[in-house]
Amino acid sequence: MKHSLSKSEQQTLIANVQQDAYPDERGRFGPFGGRYIPETLVPALDRLQAGVDRYLRDPEFLREFHDELHNWVGRATPLTFARTLSEKWGAEIWLKREDLAHTGAHKINNSIGQVLLAKKLGAKRVIAETGAGQHGVASAAACARLGMPCTVYMGSIDMERQAPNVGRMKLLGATVVPVTSGDKTLRAAVDEALRDWVSDPNGTYYCLGSAIGPHPYPYIVRELQSVIGREARVQILERTGKLPDLVVACVGGGSNAIGMFHPFVKDTSVQMLGLEAGGSGSGLGQNAASIAYGTPGVLQGCFSLLLQDENGQIQETHSVSAGLDYPGVGPEHALLASIERVKYEAVSDDDALAALAECCAAEGILPAIESAHALAGAKRYALANPGKRILIALSGRGDKDMPTLQRTLLKDVL
Amino acid sequence: MPARDSVSTAIRNRRATGQPALIAYITAGFPKREAFIQQLNAVGAVADVVEIGVPFTDPMADGTTIQRSSRVALEQGVSLRWILEELTRAEVKPPSPLLLMSYLNPLLAYGIEKLPEDAARAGIAGFIVPDLPFEESHELRTALEARGLALVQFVTPVTPSERMQMLCEGSSGFIYAVTMTGTTGKNVAVPEEVLEYFGRVKQVSPVPVCAGFGIRSREQVQRLTPFIDGAIVGSALVEVLERGEDPAKFLRSLRE
Repeated sequence: MKHSLSKSEQQTLIANVQQDAYPDERGRFGPFGGRYIPETLVPALDRLQAGVDRYLRDPEFLREFHDELHNWVGRATPLTFARTLSEKWGAEIWLKREDLAHTGAHKINNSIGQVLLAKKLGAKRVIAETGAGQHGVASAAACARLGMPCTVYMGSIDMERQAPNVGRMKLLGATVVPVTSGDKTLRAAVDEALRDWVSDPNGTYYCLGSAIGPHPYPYIVRELQSVIGREARVQILERTGKLPDLVVACVGGGSNAIGMFHPFVKDTSVQMLGLEAGGSGSGLGQNAASIAYGTPGVLQGCFSLLLQDENGQIQETHSVSAGLDYPGVGPEHALLASIERVKYEAVSDDDALAALAECCAAEGILPAIESAHALAGAKRYALANPGKRILIALSGRGDKDMPTLQRTLLKDVL
Repeated sequence: MPARDSVSTAIRNRRATGQPALIAYITAGFPKREAFIQQLNAVGAVADVVEIGVPFTDPMADGTTIQRSSRVALEQGVSLRWILEELTRAEVKPPSPLLLMSYLNPLLAYGIEKLPEDAARAGIAGFIVPDLPFEESHELRTALEARGLALVQFVTPVTPSERMQMLCEGSSGFIYAVTMTGTTGKNVAVPEEVLEYFGRVKQVSPVPVCAGFGIRSREQVQRLTPFIDGAIVGSALVEVLERGEDPAKFLRSLRE
């Protein structure tokens, strides 16, 4: 439960990260992680752990998983050289195009893998939470593909700002349950999904969409999302003969970021930068930047960094992007931040929207507002460090953000 | 006698009269912060043990009633610090032992180092922490044990038998036997297999067995009585308080 590290503890953690020793058998990433859940869920998580041990490295499971990734998701996603942005920012900008994955974001990598696992474990239904709606759409699609009933919990505020995705989930056969409790966004949706799961721990599989929650979820999500970084690493070596100087991704719970970062962790020459939602300012409630402004605590099953008050009450967050609007962060990111293997910074709503517009005009790509945080962070770095080779995880496309963009960037145009 | 034993003693003493003990849950400061101590005394006059709920923003094991009472309490500024201060200051407190029921994060924010001492000073006999499974509880358990305070464990209908034994043996005060898989506050029919489950818990438990989640009526309590030492009443009591009715009268109706 300790979080301030001595120099020697930090050295041990760094060595363990280099040896890929996390999570350990207790589900810890150094001091972070663990399994903080009601007793009712302990047998379900034990079964999930047994399923992970049995299948996640099983050649037959991996063959099925990679077959779906290739023939249904459309992987490998391309690596695009961003000519105009490179020129404007004085850097070499490479975009890993998760926006071109089926359903429009990286979330599908995790969903198809977990729903496949749910089937192997004999689950009768799948539940999922969603913020931006991308994980909900991905889970609905994966369930349709594999013939599983699917229920998605979504905060009522998010249903409004990501309305196009609600219709997509319904078309894909999912039941969408509006969540009006708590903050009515992603955090409340996770609470509600957990309550559903507690009611039927034997028959229900909870398909968690981010690198958060009780062990083994942060591990499962990392393993299934690491395809992003593995592909990108091979692609950039093929195209340039070199590794990037900097790898960049946006971080809410942190699933696309951990998928991008993990395959580069041992490449000590490669720096990494995670961008959190800086919202409208640094005060409590104005942002969703848990690493930049948070403190250690337990939320929704794991010990990590949280936005909380002095009484341990979780704070409401603000971000223009629903997908980053979460008061915690995955435990592996908390570890990578504490040993300074990855640098984490906040990007404001305004800077993210400006980067989104710039990417549209320069490259003909409409990124998700989440992904635009990564672009804005990369730009800031590029302008301060000229001539670097920068690899950016473009985690999703921005079509789902049109209602928000109409109210912001386009409000004076149309 | 360490404070934690006062809990099991109170339950056993009531059970020896032929009736199951009543463990009553209230959310501290709900519905009115000013009425906390007065309400605690009203409930404690009938209940054998009182659970004082520390409100939390994300009560994932609780149904809509306790979500609602927690929100109302938080809106009035109720915190663990305030609860302990009020209890320490209170001139009149119920004769029955008091437990704090809290999710883990408010306890971590308060500080595990000073929590046991401050809680003991406030007259708290132990803790119930619904999102702290046994495997993660070492640090808190050790700290509480040093001050003679209880840490109550849960078992559920889906707990495998070996684990059930470990949890019962690891629990102090009593074992919290959840009637069903699910959140608090639903109505439970108490089917045969649930009675069979309570029988199994009773067989392995060295501490009193108390049934909780969905206990609302005298009929349920009576049906469970041969298998349990106590019944835990939470959401139903919170709803009584919400309606402005007499909590003592409601609790007596479960027993008579």
